[in-house]
Amino acid sequence: MSGWIAEPAGGGKRHLLSIGDLGGEGIREILRLADSFAEVNTRPIPKVPALRGRTVASLFFEDSTRTRLSFETAAKRLSADTVTFSAGSSSLSKGESLRDTAQTVTAMGVDCVVVRHRSAGVAVQLSRWLDAAVINAGDGRHEHPTQALLDCYTIRRRLSDIAGRHVAIVGDIAHSRVARSLVAALQLLDAGVTLVAPATLLPPAVEGWGVGVSSRIDDVLPRADVVYLLRLQRERQERALLPSLREFHERFGLSAERARSLADHAIVMHPGPMNRGVEIGSEVPEMACTTISEQVANGVSVRMAVLFWLLGAQPEVASTPAVEAAPATEQASAAEVAGG
Amino acid sequence: MAERPPMVIAGGTVIDATGERPADVAVGPDGTIAAVGEGLAAGAGGGDRILDARGCIVAPGLVDLHAHLRQPGGEQAETVESGSRAAVLGGFCAVVAMPNTNPAIDSAALVREVQELGRAALCQVEVAGAITVDRAGERLAPMGEMAALGVRLFTDDGSGVQDTAVMRRALEYASDLGVRLAQHCEVDSLAAGGHMHEGEWSSRLGIPGIPAEAEEIMVMRDVALSRLTGAPVHFQHLSTAGSVAIVEAARRSGVAVTAEVAPHHFTLTDESCASYDARFKVNPPLRPADDVAAVRGALARGSLDAIATDHAPHTADAKDRPFEEAPPGMLGLETALALALTELDLAPAEVLGLLSWQPARLAGIDGTHGGPVAAGRPANLCVFDPSAVWTPDDGGGASRSRNTPYVGRRLRGRVRHTLVAGEALVVDGEAQR
Repeated sequence: MSGWIAEPAGGGKRHLLSIGDLGGEGIREILRLADSFAEVNTRPIPKVPALRGRTVASLFFEDSTRTRLSFETAAKRLSADTVTFSAGSSSLSKGESLRDTAQTVTAMGVDCVVVRHRSAGVAVQLSRWLDAAVINAGDGRHEHPTQALLDCYTIRRRLSDIAGRHVAIVGDIAHSRVARSLVAALQLLDAGVTLVAPATLLPPAVEGWGVGVSSRIDDVLPRADVVYLLRLQRERQERALLPSLREFHERFGLSAERARSLADHAIVMHPGPMNRGVEIGSEVPEMACTTISEQVANGVSVRMAVLFWLLGAQPEVASTPAVEAAPATEQASAAEVAGG
Repeated sequence: MAERPPMVIAGGTVIDATGERPADVAVGPDGTIAAVGEGLAAGAGGGDRILDARGCIVAPGLVDLHAHLRQPGGEQAETVESGSRAAVLGGFCAVVAMPNTNPAIDSAALVREVQELGRAALCQVEVAGAITVDRAGERLAPMGEMAALGVRLFTDDGSGVQDTAVMRRALEYASDLGVRLAQHCEVDSLAAGGHMHEGEWSSRLGIPGIPAEAEEIMVMRDVALSRLTGAPVHFQHLSTAGSVAIVEAARRSGVAVTAEVAPHHFTLTDESCASYDARFKVNPPLRPADDVAAVRGALARGSLDAIATDHAPHTADAKDRPFEEAPPGMLGLETALALALTELDLAPAEVLGLLSWQPARLAGIDGTHGGPVAAGRPANLCVFDPSAVWTPDDGGGASRSRNTPYVGRRLRGRVRHTLVAGEALVVDGEAQR
C-alpha cells in the first residue's frame, strides 16, 4: 500500500500528487472506498462524522468553481471544516511567493490542502514545504488525479469493468492535465487508449505514452467503449493550432450522427465545462449515452474517498478497510474510526 | 596598488598553452611573474611569501566569457563584487559581465558605471555591451562609443537578435570596431511559452517545452549571416547536438564562427526537471542525454572554443516560484573547473585551453590573461588540486545567491590559490577579501 501515496522522507505526510503515485492497486482501493461514500450520498442526510475536527483548505490560484465546490462538498459531508483561499480575495494575487503562502497555511494548522494552479508541479512543490497533506486539484498541463479517479469510477459503474475496455480520448490532449491523469489511470487499470486529435493538439513525444494515436475519429468510434471528449479552449485557433473551431468540429467533434455510430453500450464522457457545437454536438449531452451529470455526482463520492484515505485515520488504520467488505460495513468502520 | 612582498608558488606543475613542466613560479612586487623554474622556493628570501602548490597544477587564470553579475538592478541576487569573489574562488581571473542588467548595458554611461564597479572587484571585469538599444532587437546600440571604452564583446544575451536584417546590419556596422558579436541563439516565436526542453520529459511533466530547433534555426541563420557579412559570430551556450553539428560544418567550410558551451549542458539532463525544482530551470534548457553526449563529443574533438559558465544568480525567493514562473539560470563560477575536470574525459591542458587561453583570445584580453606562465607576464594565475574531492552545498559559496543545481554532487578538482595581477586573492581555498 505504501506505493500509492508519496511519502517524503522524514515525515508521515501523505499526498495525492499524481496518478502514478497511486499505482493500480491504489486506484482500485479508492474506487472501492468511493462505493461506500456513494451510499452515504443517497441517504436523506448525506453526512458522516469521519473527518470531524479536521480542516481542509482549498488553495485555488486559478479559478475553478466546479472542482472547488466538489471538494468542499466532499469535505463537508465528511464533517471536516473547510476554508478557502482564492486568488481574487487573498494575498495570492499580490505577489506573495508560493513558499510564503505555504508557510501561512501551515501556521494556520490546516490538515489538508487542495491546490489548483496554472503552473505544472505546484502541488509537488507545496508537498515539500507544507506540513499538511496535499491534493493536486490540477497543476498546469500536468495532472488532475481526482478527475481521472472519478472518470474511472464512472466507467466502472457504467460498464462494470475497466480492464480490456477501449477508451478514445478526443481533442486537445496537448494542453490537458485531465488527459495526462486519465491515460495514466487507464493504463494502470489495463484499458486500451487511443488519442484522437490533429498533430497540433498532441503532446510532444507522444510515442512514449504507449497509446494508440489517430487523426480519424470515424475509424476509432465504432470500436470504442468510451469516448472521452476534452474541452477545447477557444484561443487555440489564435495560436495557429487550428484553422477554426468549425473545422475542428467537422473533423473531430462528436456530432449526434457520430454518436449514433457508437456501439450500443458505449458511453460519452466530458470533464466539463462543455463547448456545445465544438467538441460535442449540441444535442449529444442529452443523449442517454452521456455520463456528464454522473461524473459530477461521482466526483463528490470519489473526493470523499480521497479525503478519507488521506486524513481519515492513522496510516495503519486507514489501510485496514477490507477489500471484500460490503459498502455499509466499510462505511461503519470509517465512521467509527473518526467518530470514536 | 601597495607594494607586496615577493611570492613563490612552490612545488606545483605548470601547465599552459606551451606545455607542462614542474616549476616554481616567483611573483614580483609589481604583480608580474619574476621567474619560472625549479628550486625557486629554496632560494627565496626570508620575507618572501611561499604558497604551497604541491600536488597542484599552476595555470594561467581562467577566463569566463559569460557571467551575469546583475549590476545594475539585480543587487539582491549578485553584485560585481560578490560575483567577482565567486569568480576567484572558482579560479577565474577575468569575467565578461553580460549586459542584460536593469537597465541594460547599452550605452557608454552604463559601460562606465559597470567598469567603475569592476575596479573594486576581486578579478578583472570586462563589460559586454548590448547589440541593440535596451536589448529590444530594433535599433543598434552605440557600439562604437562602447568599443572606445574597451568593450570587446557585444550581445543581447538573455534573448537573441530576432530580426535577421538587424543582425546583418549589426555585424556589418561593427566590422571595423575590432569587436566580436555574440549571439544567444533562440527563436522567440518557437520558444515562446516554453520552460524546459521539449521532449519526452516535458511531455510527461506537463511543462511547456522549447524545441531544440528554436536554438538551431538561429545558429543556422547566423552562420549564413557570418558568411554574408564576413564578420565573425560567437555562439553562446550551445546546447544541442544539432547546434554543434552546424558549427562544425560551418567551420569546415571556413565560416568565422566560434562557440562556447556551459558546464550544465555537459553535466545535467532534462530529466532533472522532474523534481519541479526551479534550480534546474535554465535557458537554453537542459537537454536529453543525446545532446549532452554530442556536446561532450565536440569538446573532445576540439571543435568548440570555450567553456563559459553562464553564471546566473537568482534569489531564493525567485527560485521558489512555480517552475513555469521562476526565472531561468543557475550559478556556475565556483563549480565550472571541477565539473570540467570531473565530467569530461580531457587532459588538464585541454580543459585549461577551454577555460583559459581560448576564451581569453575571444574576449580580446589575451595580452594579460591566458598567456604562458613566463617571466614578465602579469601574474594572473590559478592553482588547483586536480585530485581534491569536494561536494558543493547550498549554504557556502561567495555568490549572494544559492541557486546551484550541484548540491551534494561529488566533484574532483578544487582551486587552492588564485592570483590576480600578482595579488593572492584566494589562498588555501579561502577568499582573502
